[in-house]
Amino acid sequence: MKLIKLFACVAIAISFVSNAADKAVEMPLNMTKGVTQISAEVYQLHMTILIICAVIGVLVFGVMFWALIHHRKSKGAKAANFHESVKVEIAWTIVPFLILIGMAIPATRTLIAMEDPSDADLTIVVTGSQWKWHYQYFEHDIDFYSVLATPREQINGRWDKGENYLLEVDKPLVIPTDKKVRFLMTSDDVIHSWWVPDFAVKKDANPGFINEAWTKVDKAGIYRGQCAELCGKDHGFMPVVVIAKEPEEFDTWLADKVEEKRKAQEEEQRLLAMNMTMEELMSEGERVYLASCASCHQPNGMGLPGVFPGLVGSPIALGDVDAHINIVINGQTGTAMPAFGKQLSKKEVAAVVTYERNAWGNNTGDLVQVKDVHEFVKRSL
Amino acid sequence: MTTLTENPNVAATADTHHGPAKGLKRWLYTTNHKDIGSLYLWFAFIMFLIGGAMAMVIRAELFQPGLQIVDPHFFNQMTTVHGLIMVFGAVMPAFTGLANWMIPMMIGAPDMALPRMNNFSFWILPFAFLILIMTLFMEGGGPAFGWTFYAPLSTTYSSDTTALFVFSVHIMGISSIMGAINVIVTIWNMRAPGMTWMKMPLFVWTWFITAFLLIAVMPVLAGAVTMVLTDKFFGTSFFDAAGGGDPVMFQHIFWFFGHPEVYIMILPAFGVISAIVPTFARKPLFGYASMVYATASIALLSFVVWAHHMFTTGMPLFGELFFMYCTMLISVPTGVKVFNWVATLWRGSISFEVPMLFALAFIVLFTIGGFSGLMLAITPVDFQYHDTYFVVAHFHYVLVTGAVFSIIAAAYYWLPKWTGVMYDVTLAKAHFWCSLISVNLLFFPMHFVGLAGMPRRIPDYSLQFADFNQWISIGGFAFGLSQLIFLALLIKACRKQGKPVDAKVWDGAEGLEWEVASPAPYHTFSTPPKIK
Amino acid sequence: MTRANLVLLRKLVLVVFGMFLFGFALVPLYDTFCEITGINGRIIVKAEDSDADKVVSDRRVKIQFLVKTDAKNEFDFKSNQKFIEVKIGELSEVSFEVKNKTSSLQLAQAVPSVSPGTASLYLNKTECFCFSQQILQANETVVYPMRFFIDEDLPEDISLLTLSYTLYQAQSVQASYSKSELDKGAS
Repeated sequence: MKLIKLFACVAIAISFVSNAADKAVEMPLNMTKGVTQISAEVYQLHMTILIICAVIGVLVFGVMFWALIHHRKSKGAKAANFHESVKVEIAWTIVPFLILIGMAIPATRTLIAMEDPSDADLTIVVTGSQWKWHYQYFEHDIDFYSVLATPREQINGRWDKGENYLLEVDKPLVIPTDKKVRFLMTSDDVIHSWWVPDFAVKKDANPGFINEAWTKVDKAGIYRGQCAELCGKDHGFMPVVVIAKEPEEFDTWLADKVEEKRKAQEEEQRLLAMNMTMEELMSEGERVYLASCASCHQPNGMGLPGVFPGLVGSPIALGDVDAHINIVINGQTGTAMPAFGKQLSKKEVAAVVTYERNAWGNNTGDLVQVKDVHEFVKRSL
Repeated sequence: MTTLTENPNVAATADTHHGPAKGLKRWLYTTNHKDIGSLYLWFAFIMFLIGGAMAMVIRAELFQPGLQIVDPHFFNQMTTVHGLIMVFGAVMPAFTGLANWMIPMMIGAPDMALPRMNNFSFWILPFAFLILIMTLFMEGGGPAFGWTFYAPLSTTYSSDTTALFVFSVHIMGISSIMGAINVIVTIWNMRAPGMTWMKMPLFVWTWFITAFLLIAVMPVLAGAVTMVLTDKFFGTSFFDAAGGGDPVMFQHIFWFFGHPEVYIMILPAFGVISAIVPTFARKPLFGYASMVYATASIALLSFVVWAHHMFTTGMPLFGELFFMYCTMLISVPTGVKVFNWVATLWRGSISFEVPMLFALAFIVLFTIGGFSGLMLAITPVDFQYHDTYFVVAHFHYVLVTGAVFSIIAAAYYWLPKWTGVMYDVTLAKAHFWCSLISVNLLFFPMHFVGLAGMPRRIPDYSLQFADFNQWISIGGFAFGLSQLIFLALLIKACRKQGKPVDAKVWDGAEGLEWEVASPAPYHTFSTPPKIK
Repeated sequence: MTRANLVLLRKLVLVVFGMFLFGFALVPLYDTFCEITGINGRIIVKAEDSDADKVVSDRRVKIQFLVKTDAKNEFDFKSNQKFIEVKIGELSEVSFEVKNKTSSLQLAQAVPSVSPGTASLYLNKTECFCFSQQILQANETVVYPMRFFIDEDLPEDISLLTLSYTLYQAQSVQASYSKSELDKGAS
């Protein structure tokens, strides 16, 4: 405890001295208590073990430093010659063992509570993929992707960094408070790990397998976490944001979401009859490209040699339009290129394909309209 | 432990056979355990500096939020190759080097049992690391999937240089297996008459047990990388769910190797500390027998705790409980060791020469790493610690202030024996104090950063972590620079600049290695010593 | 090299080779261990005898069905029911629909996973499309029935099961699912 206080002082001194260019945000110095009963239990367990370790540490190091101070040769200490004592040795084998049993009992109790996902009110399927999360409300017909919302300019230092730098997404997961929410984790590609510290939930998302976790949030609010398992290049850029709402508010949100989905379908129908201009397509395309494609193919379209192919002058971007639409919608088997058909609307596909065919000197002049995409999809069915 | 009744070796500095050959050939063709030991130690030190330079890149990028110096893909290559180099290139070869130098001298053997294999096992090592480092400059870059290379990130989603990574790990594996076999055969067959098992110095004992761990688990690592290779290039699906495999199985196989590997890197360190503490406390080691048993039980337990690295992968409750209990149990024999060292100090006649300073720092800081290890063992809390900087802090406390500090302590302890001169003690003390302060500035705040929720292996972080990371980076640069003091000191010592020393360099030292002249003649114990 | 050294060297080299093989032996060992304990939620890929003696009880469990395709986009895959409630021991039938969206013949392999993992031991399938690879003609839609019953020994604390299928495009008949498992599935 003393150690923590000492370091708290040091930390305050550090933040006082430090002149970070960006807005200073206080960092908690200990594990969060969180907002669920489980996370509070975990915190308690953490503190218990920390204190036990600290006490043992103080005792052992106390004896050691006593010897170092008083049994020094320079002080004229003469060495004793004892080198074993069965009694003492048995004692310091048994006593730690008993302490361990004392630790194991509450730990086992908490663990059993954590591993009981029965009687859940809501099931959410969490699917990780490089480098975004997908949430599907199992009982309702709603699903969406959740992608990092921090602008690239903040990351590379051209803009000032915002308060929730790297911990903000376009569409957060919304869950009700006071209800048992069950998460089913899985992955589309590599192993990810879904972590929200305030819930004390961290569970790996394994491709082809499902994992379970649950939470029951006591307090409405916004809770932020991150992917915890190295999942490739942008592992550091796939945050988790969860908004916990009161049950009534949650129901309203759910109804809005269903309505929104219906509207989007209507909008797409309307767009089929329209032609968009090059400017419209290019500006929408750039937005989609930077959000969905640039992490691999790079903002300048050059890719990363040997890892992700460049698009500048590439046969896909300069060749057949249908083949280009195809690779965006269906992905490329055996590579890291995923299928964006489920994630992007037809308008977004049209825009991003147009953008890739006309940006960075790829001057094909091709305009791809929503109806082209629609017809491609129809034809390939 | 041992005393000589009659000693033909003290005066016998004159070579009975021949001296070393001259020039480069001496080092290429040498089968002399002392030469090979020196090669291993220098190689390990160079790798320590290269791996350290990579750590500097990591800390420079993490100095402030945002991406400044490297892109995330290269950052991942740095964390991966830093880990591989430090584990397989620095710590393990350094211990093998110490084993080569000291084991024959400690057990009264003229050389290692299999000298030609000894030469071979060293000389393939530079090629392994040359290949590994070369991949960084190739198209697609080096391995970027962490030193744990979890599938399918290392299979379907990695670049083609993975084949070279696999090849390189195979060579490292073969090298350490050969080294381990040599240690076992030497200790088993070549002890001087009268050097019974329970008279062996603890360094020999810990290495003996380590060598068995090595031959048990390095082949499993070889199997794991082979499966990664065939999954990636030859269409097998050991770890691919689509083909009926299971990516989590990779983690089971890897950690079946990986956890004993952790003890491979720390058991010899226990041996070193058990040699140094009695010397400068001028008092025999407390509980020699229990030290041996504790080492053996740690080694055995290390085979049944591997899944504590995998609590978040979705194990059933009984699995989590089993691995939690077994892991907690390891702290009992580890505690026994620490208690024994403290009891050795108790009522000794203690002085603070440089090796002792490092050994004392080891005891305190390794124990802190042990405490955080115990905390990590508690499954429900591990869900919060797992894959955060808390873990990074934990394993750097046990590996840097644990394994690396013990290696440095060993170097300061035996260097006068190797070179025949006392090194520059002022530089050595500067090295100690700079390292001690900077290493704690480097790793202690990581505990807090981890508890606050910063995941490991990320190139950029949210603003709350900024201040701490800045201090961690400053600590990192300072620790890196401090090692240059060590480099300067080693060069001076190897050029024999310093006061010549006696056979028994430290007045409290016990053991056969202190009975031969300093510097240790090229051939020692050609006629075995007699031991009471 | 003395004889004693040679003998010991040979033994140690044997140990090394043994451990290398053991590394590979971990693969079937792991599979067997999973089958016995259900630790990874992988369902045993073999048909149970549908005429086997089953004890039907009044206890009910809820079963959720979760379907998913791989990151590529060859198939539309849906479950014709989101969840059902069944009596323990009662034979139930559900169905899944797979559509080949491409204009070429495709092989599909469904990979099952059950949560909680231990429940996979008590979920007995008598018929499932996941037992073997399925062939889908270009643009073909196929409805696959799946019949199963829950074993009476299902632990009391499990009242909800999730059965997930991930549908992967299979490269060739042999490349996917180990041969022995295929045989087991077919028998």
